[in-house]
Amino acid sequence: MGELTLVQAVNRGLAEAMRADPDVVLLGEDIGVNGGVFRATEGLYKEFGESRVVDTPLSETGIVGAAIGMALYGLKPVAEIQFMDFIYPAFDQIVSELAKFRYRSGGQFPCHVVIRTPYGGGIKGGLYHSQSTEAYFCHTAGLKVVVPSTPSDAKGLLLTAIHDEDPVIFLEPKRIYRAVTGEVPDGDHRVPFGQARLVREGSDVSLFAYGAMVPPTVEAAETLAAEGIHAEVIDPRTLVPLDESAIVASVEKTGRAVIVHEAARFCGLGGEIAALLAEKAFYSLKAPIARVTGYDTPFPYALEHVYLPNAEKIAAAARNAVRAS
Amino acid sequence: MASAESVAQGNSSAGPESSGDLTPEQILAGYRLMVRARATDERCLSLQRQGRIGFYAPLMGQEAAQVGCALAVRPEDWMFPAYRELAVALTRGASLRSILDQLLGNSADLTKGRQMPNHFGFADQHFVTASSPIGTQITQAVGTAMAAQRRKDPIVTVAFFGDGATSSNDFHAGLNFAGVFRTPTIFFCQNNQWAISLPREKQTRSKTLAEKAEAYGFSGVVVDGTDLSVVYRAVRDARARAVAGDGPTLIEAQVYRLGPHSTSDDPKRYRTDAEVAQWKERDPLVRLRGELITAKLLDEATDQKIWDEARAEVVAVFAEAEKVPPMAPDSIFDDVFARPTPRLEEERHEAAGHSQSLGGPHG
Repeated sequence: MGELTLVQAVNRGLAEAMRADPDVVLLGEDIGVNGGVFRATEGLYKEFGESRVVDTPLSETGIVGAAIGMALYGLKPVAEIQFMDFIYPAFDQIVSELAKFRYRSGGQFPCHVVIRTPYGGGIKGGLYHSQSTEAYFCHTAGLKVVVPSTPSDAKGLLLTAIHDEDPVIFLEPKRIYRAVTGEVPDGDHRVPFGQARLVREGSDVSLFAYGAMVPPTVEAAETLAAEGIHAEVIDPRTLVPLDESAIVASVEKTGRAVIVHEAARFCGLGGEIAALLAEKAFYSLKAPIARVTGYDTPFPYALEHVYLPNAEKIAAAARNAVRAS
Repeated sequence: MASAESVAQGNSSAGPESSGDLTPEQILAGYRLMVRARATDERCLSLQRQGRIGFYAPLMGQEAAQVGCALAVRPEDWMFPAYRELAVALTRGASLRSILDQLLGNSADLTKGRQMPNHFGFADQHFVTASSPIGTQITQAVGTAMAAQRRKDPIVTVAFFGDGATSSNDFHAGLNFAGVFRTPTIFFCQNNQWAISLPREKQTRSKTLAEKAEAYGFSGVVVDGTDLSVVYRAVRDARARAVAGDGPTLIEAQVYRLGPHSTSDDPKRYRTDAEVAQWKERDPLVRLRGELITAKLLDEATDQKIWDEARAEVVAVFAEAEKVPPMAPDSIFDDVFARPTPRLEEERHEAAGHSQSLGGPHG
């Protein structure tokens, strides 16, 4: 065990996976000599060499297309897309190719690629270094979508992703790359997909949050506790597969739900969770489901604090839910 | 263009990396494959009009290019086809039955009825299941070549695509990566002159497609794609360079799409009968047949027999394939992931409750 930041935990997970399995290779922009623009791959080029930590030309479709070809041949490529905002040149490769290879070949050509990419706002990144567009990928059959919020989960989910058999979009909340630290188990620590993490137990209202939205949600829960409102905080950790039973069970207990994400509201994951609760926990609901999310605007630069959810907005939504019944 | 003699006797001017030309027996075998592909094309266009298959994309005019290329690579090499590479599949050893099962999407289809006709794939033949988006297989072929480099396996990968794909993102990205990493990749472009309705001259200002390779730091060659032996030699040499560590090659095989883009297309809307007639004079089957007869490797009677057998084979094999039952309705939930998620199991259960969707395509 040791205290690590989230980005250090990612680095640790990559290094351990590469030491354990020579088929694990990394490719992406500036990940080799430079160690990645966020230093997620620091030291790996030196340890594993240029044939396993591949600095590629600046082409996301090239990176993902090449990673697919490597995976078809039996390697375990982990591709880095420098910012999620730049993933779109590879969108065709991800949604038309990677997501569908196993299916379209009738199982003849499974294609296991992990795509790591920093996502989310709060770092003064403006329109093109801040977005949180997980819903595009959640909407595509055949992709698993993973978002850690703690160093321990970052390593544990990454190792599960690398050892999985399916394509994984691994979203790293860059706002908390260094803002959170925590104990990270040594060795082959794996966190299973499809199992939500109970961050904080409570009985009055369920708060669902993932990635960089977990810390402000916990802060909101602490504020609420001081007011006598006991909020439960649940981090789904994997958006696909989603731990639907944990979400439903929590609302069956509390009767109230607030869903938090920094992605825009319309057609965001919050809509899916709200629909799930309407379908499967309707008779437990004591108050309307609330969403605290990014607004339906492009991600602003100077006023990103206006756009982003924060503890104040989350606590207000929870109070409303509790007062509604 | 090679003379009949040079086809029969081989080209003595082949480069130093030459590992021999096609033998007369191989050329004759190549001709039989070309005839089988043409017979399949003719029959499938008719089957589509009869409503017995849903769609078809013919390759007629491209047989020599496909067979010549596929004869020049080895079983351990990896093919990344587009959706028109039926003759490559046949040459690799995929069975006609397996191809026709895919056109029907029946329960014997290796791809489980998941895709439109022509999008087949055969893992045993290292023939990667094709998709419809244009050019996406190009970067993938480069990635597989990078993986082979890492494992020090002396293989090549072949990306098949048409002239249309040279305008795609992945053409640029793939050739650029291949140049940078010197991958053992053959970019096999069948320039059939038309990207559906867009003629070659409106696709790029470049004089040839092959010359684009220069910008990526490797060589590109233009070959007559209607000549089996010429294509064979070009691919053989490109393969030798690739496994020797000398990097990729772009081969532009000039051919002509004698048929429509697909059964959904009417080429009369955009090209003249005169143009088609001109290219029909260069039909690769007519050409090779003439050369074989001149070289006395084939006579009229044997040729007729080859055609009769090929046509009879398609009819007989299709009749067998047509008897195969459809895929089980709940199979649509398989292979989304290695193991279905709880949500998919729930949806499988939900679908089972609807008899109309269980009643087959006309249910």
